[in-house]
Amino acid sequence: METPLTEHIKENRPPLRLSDYEKVGGYRGMHKALKEMAPADIISLIKSSNLMGRGGAGFPTGLKWSLVPKDVPGGSLKYLIANADEMEPGTFKDRYLLEGNPHQLISGMIIAAYAIQARKAYIFIRWAYKKAEIIIRNAISEAYEAGYLGNNILGTGYNLDLYVHSSAGRYICGEETALINSLEGKRGLPRAKPPFPATSGLFGQPTVVNNVETLCWIPHIVENGAEWFTKLSITGEGGTKIYGVSGRVNKPGLWELPVGTTLREIIEKHAGGMKDGYRLKGVIPGGASTDFLTEAHMDTRMDFASVRTAGSRLGTGTMIILDDKTCPVAFIHNMIKFFALESCGWCTPCREGLPWVQKILESFEEGTAKTEDIGILEFQTQYMGPGNTFCAHAPGAMEPLQSGLKYFCDDFLKHIEEKHCPWRRL
Amino acid sequence: MLSTKEKEEIYEETRLYPYPAAACIDALKIVQHHRGWISDEAIEEIASELDMSVEDVDSVATFYTRIYRKPVGRNVILVCDSISCMVMGYESMYKHISDKLSVHFGETTPDGRFTLLPISCLGDCDHAPSLMINDDLHNNLTINSIDEILEKYQ
Repeated sequence: METPLTEHIKENRPPLRLSDYEKVGGYRGMHKALKEMAPADIISLIKSSNLMGRGGAGFPTGLKWSLVPKDVPGGSLKYLIANADEMEPGTFKDRYLLEGNPHQLISGMIIAAYAIQARKAYIFIRWAYKKAEIIIRNAISEAYEAGYLGNNILGTGYNLDLYVHSSAGRYICGEETALINSLEGKRGLPRAKPPFPATSGLFGQPTVVNNVETLCWIPHIVENGAEWFTKLSITGEGGTKIYGVSGRVNKPGLWELPVGTTLREIIEKHAGGMKDGYRLKGVIPGGASTDFLTEAHMDTRMDFASVRTAGSRLGTGTMIILDDKTCPVAFIHNMIKFFALESCGWCTPCREGLPWVQKILESFEEGTAKTEDIGILEFQTQYMGPGNTFCAHAPGAMEPLQSGLKYFCDDFLKHIEEKHCPWRRL
Repeated sequence: MLSTKEKEEIYEETRLYPYPAAACIDALKIVQHHRGWISDEAIEEIASELDMSVEDVDSVATFYTRIYRKPVGRNVILVCDSISCMVMGYESMYKHISDKLSVHFGETTPDGRFTLLPISCLGDCDHAPSLMINDDLHNNLTINSIDEILEKYQ
């Protein structure tokens, strides 16, 4: 089984330096792209590979790149941004890639920037990822020394500068337009779309924002082709995926596996199954803003289409396990509290609705909830659903709540009937 | 007054952007790095350095959770209270720290040694429960390991 993204990452060892990475094939894709391919050829290649964004939304990467205008009036200043602001609760995959192999990301960024003809690129990295930031900054210096960044890269006449911006907190900055505002030094509020960043992004210029894992794929696809990429997956969506599991399992962690690996294989084989004395009650499959799956969905193949069919989203592919010793209401309450805190406050449904839901969930845990509160929660999941808010923050927050109400309704009712949390006695 | 060092570091950041105001967050972080927190005076100094209004700088400073508009202790403990850490028992870790230091979230010990704050998911979920003290990540926490960890920070 091929594991292109992680094969040169070894835990308990510093990441490969540029020269060592080149000895095992690093930067080959970059050489090929810049010397042998026209920017348009790279975009068509990525389009034909069907690579879908690994940040959670699954938007086709090649399509995103193709929306960038080829000729920009008044010069050709375009930007590429790597979104390394990982903060989706339960998600820890980009940290692994950043700390484990920074040159993979940098070579991917050089190719991506060349494909859209960007002259400046930023890595927007989460403030908490201190180790990753140091590693990335060192790797960028190495890439400048090798002539892979700066002016006239590989003698092609192509120039690219790559900068690091360390964030100052706030989940919403992972949303690409909020990220752009934050990079401009402003409050991280999402922007109205259209215009999309591809036409008007950072400082009003055409901009592409891609997730770290997405960009790490680019050198491998350029080197090995679209067909190779497709064949890596079980279900034809293409590639491998870094899947992760946290919670009460025997071996929490992450693994690079073919796209389409089943939920059962990930949890039972790779994560070693549930810890003794714990039973699986639910799974949040791809970060806090995805709907619950349950025991009944264990044979779901973890790709974008199959997880959608099962009623959730692949999201970031890093799962959080709800076990039978943890109260599902408290579990959901924790996530809602996060979303309420992290709301940017711009639009009313999100700013007011999320704290409202949080208070109701708190009343369940305190044993003061009433039967009609279930109806209010259900109403809120629609009120804050897609289309009713300025961005995807509140609709994302509603995903675990709406599915939680569906799968764990009895547990919600027990809190009302018993006037206390049944799990508190455990 | 901004120190020469602060000014130099801010200038280095402004060079990465088309206009000075774009380095506002970087400037806040630089000043906080030197002074521990961002006072009203610091807001005014940054505003004048970056050619921004005081209100604009403050609106940015108050938006971001890692910019402190109040003084903090010599060491800041950030306890992850998000979902994976909740499942793995951050609440008992918090209670232990809170009892030991006699502070709650948002408070600073009277000797100024520690400020205790909650933090959203640290992206270290497979090693939960986790916390950060200053720039250091600590994980797979147990009550015993917390005592040892705290000793390192005076």
